[in-house]
Amino acid sequence: MNVMIAERPVTDDKTPRRMVDRDVGDDSCHIKMAARDVDVFYGDAQALFKVDIDIADNEVTALIGPSGCGKSTFLRCLNRMNDPIRGCRVQGRITLDGDDIYDQRLDPVLLRARIGMVFQKPNPFPRSIFDNVAYGPRIHGLASGKAELEEVVTMSLEKAGLLDEVKNRLDQPGTSLSGGQQQRLCIARAIAIRPEVILMDEPCSSLDPVATARIERLMDELSEDYTIVIVTHSMQQAARVSKRTAFFHLGKLVEFAKTDQIFTNPKDQRTQDYITGRFG
Amino acid sequence: MSVSAHNVGSAASPKRSLASRHARERRFRRLGMLAVVSAIVFVAVLFSSILIKGAPAFEQATLSLHVTFDPAVIRIKPRPQRIAGQSPADFARRKRRWQRSLALVNWNRVIETALRKTVGDADISSRDLVRLVTGAERFRLRDMVAKDPAVIGTTLPVNLLASADVDVWLKGNIDHSLPDNRQQLSVAQRRIVEDLSQRGILHMAFAKALFLNVDSRSSPASAGLAGAFVGSLYMMLVVIALAVPVGVASAVYLEEFAPKNRFTDFVEVNINNLAAVPSIVFGLLGAAVFIGWFHLPLSAPLVGGLILSLMTLPIVIIATRATLRGIPSSIRHAALGLGASPTQMVFHHVLPLAVPGILTATIIGVAQALGETAPLLLIGMNAFVAHIPQTPLEQSTALPVQIFLWQGNENRNFFEARTSAAIIVLMVLMIGLNGLAVFMRQKFERRW
Repeated sequence: MNVMIAERPVTDDKTPRRMVDRDVGDDSCHIKMAARDVDVFYGDAQALFKVDIDIADNEVTALIGPSGCGKSTFLRCLNRMNDPIRGCRVQGRITLDGDDIYDQRLDPVLLRARIGMVFQKPNPFPRSIFDNVAYGPRIHGLASGKAELEEVVTMSLEKAGLLDEVKNRLDQPGTSLSGGQQQRLCIARAIAIRPEVILMDEPCSSLDPVATARIERLMDELSEDYTIVIVTHSMQQAARVSKRTAFFHLGKLVEFAKTDQIFTNPKDQRTQDYITGRFG
Repeated sequence: MSVSAHNVGSAASPKRSLASRHARERRFRRLGMLAVVSAIVFVAVLFSSILIKGAPAFEQATLSLHVTFDPAVIRIKPRPQRIAGQSPADFARRKRRWQRSLALVNWNRVIETALRKTVGDADISSRDLVRLVTGAERFRLRDMVAKDPAVIGTTLPVNLLASADVDVWLKGNIDHSLPDNRQQLSVAQRRIVEDLSQRGILHMAFAKALFLNVDSRSSPASAGLAGAFVGSLYMMLVVIALAVPVGVASAVYLEEFAPKNRFTDFVEVNINNLAAVPSIVFGLLGAAVFIGWFHLPLSAPLVGGLILSLMTLPIVIIATRATLRGIPSSIRHAALGLGASPTQMVFHHVLPLAVPGILTATIIGVAQALGETAPLLLIGMNAFVAHIPQTPLEQSTALPVQIFLWQGNENRNFFEARTSAAIIVLMVLMIGLNGLAVFMRQKFERRW
């Protein structure tokens, strides 16, 4: 099902092989997604201005910034979740493995099977835990037969660190779980379709510290197999989980660098002000 | 307000404004309570007046008689049997001839004999005596014989419906002190009625006729709602089969798929307008289009159902859209984020969650259609129809139209109670449908 994008040869002219920001360019990692000159408009209002960013493979990239800075808008551009929003317009170029994801010929449905998403508020379907996880594999035909489907579900729950807590009650509604468990169920649901990238939009903002720590640990584990982009308004969280951090302010990407550098030695005065708590 | 604003900072002002705020709140609460109480009073008055008027009609004066099926009066040949070698047409012809001869029997004579035997009073004319029993009962006796000719020669206990006039007299719906020339029953009839009711032969029994019979003009006591009920049932089926799928489909398209442009705005405004069109206008439209152009039959429940479907459509569309709008967007995002197509999102997640709301809207829309009268008058469903329609294309009437017809019946003192009884039947149906809506809503409601 992801043949359409994956089988196209990755050519050099399409793929930015170097990291955009000089500060990040010290290592030679593979670039999974890249954005160039991305502008986003909601009607007449411009929400993002010329965003350039590279997302490295198998790493956690954090997007931080004050409310309304455009970090969530940018995240939603990465799997075209802005498409259904009326009046929303995206300009520029965003690539996944070198292929333009805003290509007219590309079906956003296929794209979203490769780029999963976890939302701010846990949003399990009002169905059983099993059906929640099985839904993605079912619609994409990823499992033939009941046994295989059960295996996919078990594996996904295992990876999301939820299996031990729910294995005896897979037929109970997903909405009966606690907030943290629901969010891990949503993560299990996202990884059940074997995506390459997982986008997380403030996944811990409605959770207590214990559940948050659980999810953060999970992100760390998942980053071995998946490319993760997380939006967070908690700087501590960004510092804990991510390898690279992008700071957005008023719709512009102010600074993008390795996380420890952003937090210890920011180049931009605005970044400095934000991480020291002068605004935001 | 201006006073307190003026006194900002002084210690007394917040307290004073607080007191006036509390007073305002109490006033508003009292007004609200008053509104609720008056609404309850109005509803209670309406219900109790209909119940008080209609309840007596569920009982009807009935005569328990021993009827002798005298072969001297019922002079008919034995029922033709199918003989070997006989053609079916020949057999049918013989059977029809036998049935005709059965219809020609003097059934009034059978009733009169039974009455005379019980009354033991020679001082009354045959005509007056027979008129104590409602006209349609002679067909009951005929049908008994047609069903089983072996009853000829026997005497059986039979409950015969008394005539409407007897019923009115016994229930006191006519002033017993009126002079003879203004009474519906003659002196001799009244004497016998009093006598029989004292002996318990003439008594009140449950009015089965109200539910099992069709309308009747010649024999008001046996007039019932069966035909109208079946007519209403057919119309409801047509409405459910047409308005619900079309309405839900248009609502889903408009809410989930349609681009937002001038055309869809125009459609939306017109659907809202359609919901406000008086029902009689739909009747005119139906008469012109369905009967005038398409030449569908007059008085047919199919046509009535089509018109009621048009009326119910905007209700279903508006309510379904409101329900769809109420489904949280997080569910849509979850589905889209997993790579579901918009159609899969709607049919796998949004619609199942909207089912309770759609069901409620549908049932309430159908209940509203069930109570509609005006448009049916314009397509001839107010015709007098004395049979139960076998198909939706046969002539029929409907429950609210039957109420309308009985309300205008010239036999006032009998039909006033019957009309209220019919209203009670219709209301019970409505309350049942609304109860079903509540039940469905609770049963299918899912939390998220």
